[in-house]
Amino acid sequence: MKRRTLLASAAALSLAAGAAFAQDVPKIGFVYVGPVNDGGWSQHHHESAMKMKEHFGDAIELIEQESVPEGADAERVLTQMALSGADLIFTTSFGYMDPTINVAAKFPDVKFEHATGYKTAENVSVYSARFYEGRAITGYLAGAMTETNKIGYIASFPIPEVIRGINSSYIHAKQANPDVEIAVVWISTWFDPAKEADATQALLDQGADVVLAHTDSTAPLAVLEKAGAYGFGQAADMAEYKPEPRLSSIIDDWAPYYIERVQAVIDGSWESVNTWDGIGAGMVGIGEFTGPIPDDVVATVTQMKEDIAAGDYHPFTGPLNKQDGSAWLAEGEVADDGTLAGMDFYVEGVTGSIPN
Amino acid sequence: MIRLEKRPNPSRLWTGLTPILAVLLTMVVGGFMFALLGKPPLEAIRTIFWDPLFHPQFAGYSRPQLLVKAGPLILIAIGLSVGFRAGIWNIGAEGQYIMGAVCGAAVGLAFYPAETVLLFPLMVIAGALGGWAWAMIPAFLKTRFGTNEILVSLMLVYVAENILASASAGWLRNPEGMGFPGSRNFKQWASVYNDELVINTGMHWGVVAAFIAVIAAYVLMARHIQGFNIRLTGEAPRAAKFSGVSPARIIFLCLGISGALAGMAGLFEVTGPAGQISIDFGSGYGFTAIIVAFLGRLNPFGILLAGLLMALTYIGGELAQLMLGLPGASIQLFQGMLLFFLLATDVFTNYRIRLTGREVA
Repeated sequence: MKRRTLLASAAALSLAAGAAFAQDVPKIGFVYVGPVNDGGWSQHHHESAMKMKEHFGDAIELIEQESVPEGADAERVLTQMALSGADLIFTTSFGYMDPTINVAAKFPDVKFEHATGYKTAENVSVYSARFYEGRAITGYLAGAMTETNKIGYIASFPIPEVIRGINSSYIHAKQANPDVEIAVVWISTWFDPAKEADATQALLDQGADVVLAHTDSTAPLAVLEKAGAYGFGQAADMAEYKPEPRLSSIIDDWAPYYIERVQAVIDGSWESVNTWDGIGAGMVGIGEFTGPIPDDVVATVTQMKEDIAAGDYHPFTGPLNKQDGSAWLAEGEVADDGTLAGMDFYVEGVTGSIPN
Repeated sequence: MIRLEKRPNPSRLWTGLTPILAVLLTMVVGGFMFALLGKPPLEAIRTIFWDPLFHPQFAGYSRPQLLVKAGPLILIAIGLSVGFRAGIWNIGAEGQYIMGAVCGAAVGLAFYPAETVLLFPLMVIAGALGGWAWAMIPAFLKTRFGTNEILVSLMLVYVAENILASASAGWLRNPEGMGFPGSRNFKQWASVYNDELVINTGMHWGVVAAFIAVIAAYVLMARHIQGFNIRLTGEAPRAAKFSGVSPARIIFLCLGISGALAGMAGLFEVTGPAGQISIDFGSGYGFTAIIVAFLGRLNPFGILLAGLLMALTYIGGELAQLMLGLPGASIQLFQGMLLFFLLATDVFTNYRIRLTGREVA
């Protein structure tokens, strides 16, 4: 009897403590598709989450879950997080889209933020970065630096984001060098150092001497270094490959967004939004220009970066035709977000076809 | 001096005891590992093994999830165990699982948006056939050219993963999905959605199939002549040959059963918990099922328990990450230890320890 009351009161105490804790500080959850030290996508979300945590200190509680497979497991993990009293949950991979929507419907009081998706709800926001703005810069550099007039591109999956990157890179490489050609290799993975290295070598063997990657590891840069060719940091600055072969980088920085959204929860002003930010808002960072880039090229890309940030220049500005030669954008016309979000075609000049 | 002495017959006692011993050793060494990571070991073990079942806040949700997670593991492991009994090592159940899902989903989507009760059974058959056909490749190559089924079935997993990627990005892609990879979501299609049969139990058709498979496997192995032939082939291949058992037949039978069950598991998963064909649909059930099969001693009822235990470590592991901030890799290590200790303690099933102090070795 005595023991039972003791246990019961202990349970009540811990429950009360838990409840009080949950009421006092918002609990912010993060779910990652890869391990938090993958060197790419998940690591960046994790580091941004840590920056956010640093910003708020004890004013929030941070819970994280890594290596969560997309699909049924994600749905369970999200439900458990919501049950554990999370107030705001960031689901940081495209494949969490349907699980996020499903769980959000069951927990109307919990707020969700899904990265790179397109389905929203009353309590689900989506956010993504305009990486193609960064691709404009690295594409221009690639075009300016190639001596063989051939640049390589390691692509992961044929989704609009990757296709936008290829198009943006090619358009701007061509601005720097009208004779440039682009060779694309599809490797069906976001992170596989061995495959990425093989793809890099294959592109080099085809005569490319600058290789852009839309995959997350540093393996391509390691191969490029040996071959004396050039590349770029992807998702991270990859500063260990400075000054060559890394010429610059596209850096994912989610921290400003995370801080802003968590603040909104604290203030009680959170609303479902659809955010697609680029260089201007700081979500896409451009790493330092290093290596033997001529001064005039540095000046051009620095100007381009400023113009994009200020909104004076859009990387998809006409005249642009589609790969089959049909007209897409007229002189001075700018691509609308709807077309960009669902982009499933190459622009004129890119060779090869999108795998299906 | 300590010597290992081969037992004339495998010890029945140790056969039953080793899984329990392996679980206990995993808890001890795992707890030690959690302590090294600076986490409270007892609390971590409790979170993994106890909280999913009895935690006041989570158990209501995680208990049914146990069946959802264990269902495909048991279904696949039952199929594998039949082959393992015969010494046929199908390591590629993951590929058969994926192909079952892809084939079944493809057949279903071909009829979209028909609403008929016939469609779901048709998809189950297509899923089983898909997995079966994928397993026939190593069977054919083994019987025809003497290739090693371990390598062939394993390599075919990677082929299947590429087919899955092309299906979700191309030919099965949701036409209304704005170009993003992934098929239509079966959860929004009433005729084929493999929903819970009784609300809040986690019991879907795949779990029912797993239970049926357990009983069927028991009957096959203990009561049926083919089961006897399978066991004989595994334990005494020469004797089996002399008694007229065709090795090729057994190979086709075993790989066929395991492929079909893995394929069905894939179909039940894609139409139920997963909901759609996506690039990352294959989440390793086919590989984990190998652990489940061995943990369950290749015995149907053992596999049932082992599947539930494995599911528990998954769900408890997720809770431990969430509640205690344990790194995800430590949970995987914890699960790996389970197989490691099982194989290690298995020595005692076939050998006994002899202290041979006086003898000259």
